[in-house]
Formats: sequence, C-alpha cells, structure tokens
Amino acid sequence: MSKKLLLKDAHVEGIRYFETYRKQGGYGAAEKALKMTAEEILEEVKASGLRGRGGAGFPTGMKWSFLAKPEGVPRHLVVNADESEPGTFKDRYLMEFLPHLLIEGMLISSFVLGSNVSYIYIRGEYSWIPDILEEAIEEAKAAGFLGKNILGTGFDCEIYVQRGGGAYICGEETALLESLEGKRGNPRLKPPFPAVKGLWERPTVVNNVESIAAIVPIIDITGAEYAKIGVGRSTGTKLISACGNINKPGVYEIDMTITVEEFIYSDEYCGGIPNGKKLKACIPGGSSVPIVPANLLLKTVNGEPRYMNYESLADGGFATGTMMGSGGFIVLDEDQCIVEHTMTLARFYNHESCGQCTPCREGTGWMYKILKKIEKGEGKMEDIDLLWDIQRKIEGNTICPLGDAAAWPVAAAIRHFRDEFEWHIKNPELSQTQNYGLANYADPIPAAASN
Amino acid sequence: MSETIAFKPESLEQVHKIMARYPEGRQKSALLPVLHIAQKEFGGWLDVPVMDYVAELLSIKPIEVYEVATFYTMFNMKPVGKYVLEVCRTGPCMVCGSEKILDHIRTKLNIKDGQTTEDGMFTLKPAECLGACGYAPMLQLGKFFHENLTIEKVDEILDLCREGQIDLG
Repeated sequence: MSKKLLLKDAHVEGIRYFETYRKQGGYGAAEKALKMTAEEILEEVKASGLRGRGGAGFPTGMKWSFLAKPEGVPRHLVVNADESEPGTFKDRYLMEFLPHLLIEGMLISSFVLGSNVSYIYIRGEYSWIPDILEEAIEEAKAAGFLGKNILGTGFDCEIYVQRGGGAYICGEETALLESLEGKRGNPRLKPPFPAVKGLWERPTVVNNVESIAAIVPIIDITGAEYAKIGVGRSTGTKLISACGNINKPGVYEIDMTITVEEFIYSDEYCGGIPNGKKLKACIPGGSSVPIVPANLLLKTVNGEPRYMNYESLADGGFATGTMMGSGGFIVLDEDQCIVEHTMTLARFYNHESCGQCTPCREGTGWMYKILKKIEKGEGKMEDIDLLWDIQRKIEGNTICPLGDAAAWPVAAAIRHFRDEFEWHIKNPELSQTQNYGLANYADPIPAAASN
Repeated sequence: MSETIAFKPESLEQVHKIMARYPEGRQKSALLPVLHIAQKEFGGWLDVPVMDYVAELLSIKPIEVYEVATFYTMFNMKPVGKYVLEVCRTGPCMVCGSEKILDHIRTKLNIKDGQTTEDGMFTLKPAECLGACGYAPMLQLGKFFHENLTIEKVDEILDLCREGQIDLG
C-alpha cells in the first residue's frame, strides 16, 4: 500500500473545516515553518526533490529560488487551480475536500517567497469550490493563520480566490497571469519569466495546487524524509486521477513505486477493466501526453515492467514511452475507437486555442476537420500523412505549449495506431458502425494484462 | 450606458469587495469575477449595455470588457434559456457515453447544439472538459455538476427543472 501524505486525512468527516483539520494536526507544519527562516524552508523544499505537479515536473525548490527580489517591489504567489486538462481532476479533489491543506501550503509558501497577497486562480466551471476555499480562508484568518502579524511573526498574508471564465489556455502560467489581470488569456512571450515580471510586472511564482499542498508534508516530515519516499527523481507521493474504462475511477495517492499494471488491475487502485474487456491503450498523464498501446504501457522498451513514475513512464521518449504529466490517467478498453478519441481531443485543443499563434490557431482546426472526416469514413489515405505533417508544423512553433499539447496526441495516435486510421479510410461503410478490433494489431496484448 | 442597468445593492457591495482585492489602479483584475456576477444578475447573458455598465464600474474602456467577455466560454453573448445544460463531451466523457446523453437531450428537447427550446426553458451547450472525468458522463447546470449520468437520470433532471426544483446556486 502506498504511503499517504496528502490524502491521509481525506476520510475524516468534517476535514474540510478548520476545527477538524486542526485536530488532525493541521497547521502544525505552518507553526513549525514560521519559526524557521525562509532560506531554511527553501532548503527543505529543495531537499525534498518535489517536482511541479501541474504537468511539467520542474523542481519546485529551484523554481522558487529564481524569484527576483528587487527592493521595495511586492512579490506574489499565484496558485494555478485552472485544472482543465482532460483526464485530470485531482486538484478539484484537494480543494473540495482538503481546502485547509492548500491554505496551509500557501501560507508556508507565501512566507518563503515574501508574498503578502497571494491568489488562487481557479477554473470558472468549478463554481462551487470558491465558496469552500473562501470559507476555509475566513476560518484560517479567524484562527490567526492569515491576515496581519501571523502567529506574532510580523508576517502578513492575505489569500484571495479568482474565478476564471472557462478557458483551458489559462492553465498556462503567463496566460493565467494575463487573465488574473483582467485580460484575454493570451500567453506572454518568455523571457521575461514570471519570476522576474509576473503579475502586474511584479516577481511572481505560479505553482499547481498539488505542488503547494505537498509543501505541508515536506515541512512536517522534513525534505530529506520526503525524498526517501518514491524512487529516483520521482520523490514523494503523486495524486493520480484515474478515469475511462476502469472499475474504480477516482483520485489515488501513490508513492511512485508501483507498476502501471498494478495500478490498473489491483483492487487497491483502478480495479481492472469493466466487463472483462481487454486493455487497448492509455493516456497516463492527461490528454496532452502521448497515448500508448497496452503492450508499451505495461512494459518498457527493454521488456521490464513500467512503473508509475516520471522516469519509467517517459522511458524511450515520445517515440515509445509517454509522460507522467499531470497524472490524468485515461484508460481505453478494446471497444474504443482511437480515431474517434483522437478526434475529440483535436476538437478540444482547437476549441481552446487562444488564436494568438497561426500554427496553433489554424493547425488545430485543420487537424480536427481531417480527423472528423476520417472518423466519418470520408477520409483519403494521404490525409494521414497530411495530419502528420500538420502536427509537426505546430509542435515547437507556438508561444506556449498548447501547440505541443495539440500535436502530441495526434502524432502518438498515428505512430501507434496507423492501421486503425487506414482501416477507417479503407472501410468507409463500416467506419460509423464497427470497431477496429484488437485482434488486428500485430503486437498482442500481454497475457498478464488480459482478464 | 442605459439608465436602467444597475447591480442590486448587495451585488454592488460584493463588486466593491472584489475590487479591493487588487492593488490601487489594478481594478481591471476584478473584471472576470464581476462579469460572473453580472451574467447571473442580468438574465444569464451579457448584452452590450451590461458590459458598458461593468466598464464604467471598473473605470475601463468598454472594448476591454467586450474583448474579455467574448474570449471566455462561460460568458454567453446571446440570450439563453432558464436552464443551460452544459454537457461535457471530451475524451473521458466521450469514452463513458457523453454522445448518447447529448443525443438524448437533442431528441427529447428537439433542439440542436447551442439552441434554446421554444418555451425559453432549456439551452444545450456541449462543453469541452469540465473536470469531472472520473464521474463521467456529466453535465453542469448553474453552479453544480450532475455526474455519472444515465438517460434516466437526465430525464429526472429535466423534469425537476420543469418543476422548478433544481438548485442553480
């Protein structure tokens, strides 16, 4: 069983409220941290090896150390709660059920960064969660953990919640800052990076909800102890939001030492695939990371078991492996049509493109139209190569990573499931009514993964 | 600006409270939260006089409000029904049968995507990922999510709407 750090008290009734959270030892890490210096806390975070949990996996301690500290200029912490990546719903769980964990993490982080006013930017559609967060903020303030002169340390900190308006692009940190400034969520060119010129051109750190929540156990148990959990550079625990064709969808906390096969099939986690169906493919890190067929998902390129951690999932790079990403784990069974699935993702990225860069604005729409045509049985064989060409021209050619996020699912689908695209084109009359079965694939699904 | 457009006193108080969250001269940051309040208070959509009113409140130009309001999908730029059914259809929701849910609503209400029923009761809005992937298929109605949908559950929700029993928050 994986060690629980973030969700250890998630089952406690009333944990959403200050009194219960406090009884469970809540705000103990904050009390401990506020007796330390900012530099000491930063060293603990660095020692923990915590990598940003939003998807990019950049070391949090290092990111914090980049923050500029010009004399007399306010600095800000902004929590990125614009969770909009298909397959990812872990931050929602944290905010909904453990709001004080986030608030406590923000207090400690704000102290380190010298942020007296910090913001939570939350996706607009999570419209009931700001009420939960604001209630928690008021409770923390009433107990002296927010506001003026916190715990007599002389440190002041206010936290405010800002609702977005339903734009995926606002999960990109500079687009988020634009949105927080009351503008369209158009990403900014970097440099300057937010650590130098962020919110209102002030030095700003933007961190994911889970990353900030993880600061609490790091201070509780020390960075060194946190680093002992997990494996290699995948330290600590990771929240995985599992969905699709599995018996037990939900949010799981893992210590990154379990295999992918164990995660999908064991009763402790996803509980296998409904109705005894076979595993066809999986997107293990949110919709933007490359889809992988079952055989490559469960084994590395060397034929060893693949583990649920950053390094193992990325084994072999994009050509064969995939990525941990945000931990949005989407499982597809043998009945799923890869072309249709890819088409819905292309539609998503087309819809969510801010339109600022031509390759993304035009390319995402073009890919969606072609995929729709192929899915309807109206495609031509040369459309597959055209799709490949378009995604290549989007990747790496845009201001922000949305272009890459739109290109990778299409590239991986063609790379691993080209036969299925060809089948749709060769069998237009069957395209809408039948599925390209698993038996057609050259690589058999490993017996261990079969029910 | 239309003379008749004004927030209720309690909403105006909320607006001023929101504006105070940002540094002096940065009141434009309050735009998204204020637009949410405006949309809720003025009939579920943002027409030009409402956006002009918001611009005046925040001391910004009307164009700054228009360009933001049209960028974000949560703001409606034309009238909508009393109940806006936002059905997620991306990736995991598609895998779990969102298209069947959408088809059922289209047929039952005799409307296409984006349309409103003749009685002004329902608008159907397919949505791209609402963050309920583990509880799919789902739809958002007002402030709340309705998850793990079945055709029967959708029928029940529509009936409750007609009876005025659904909480929009």
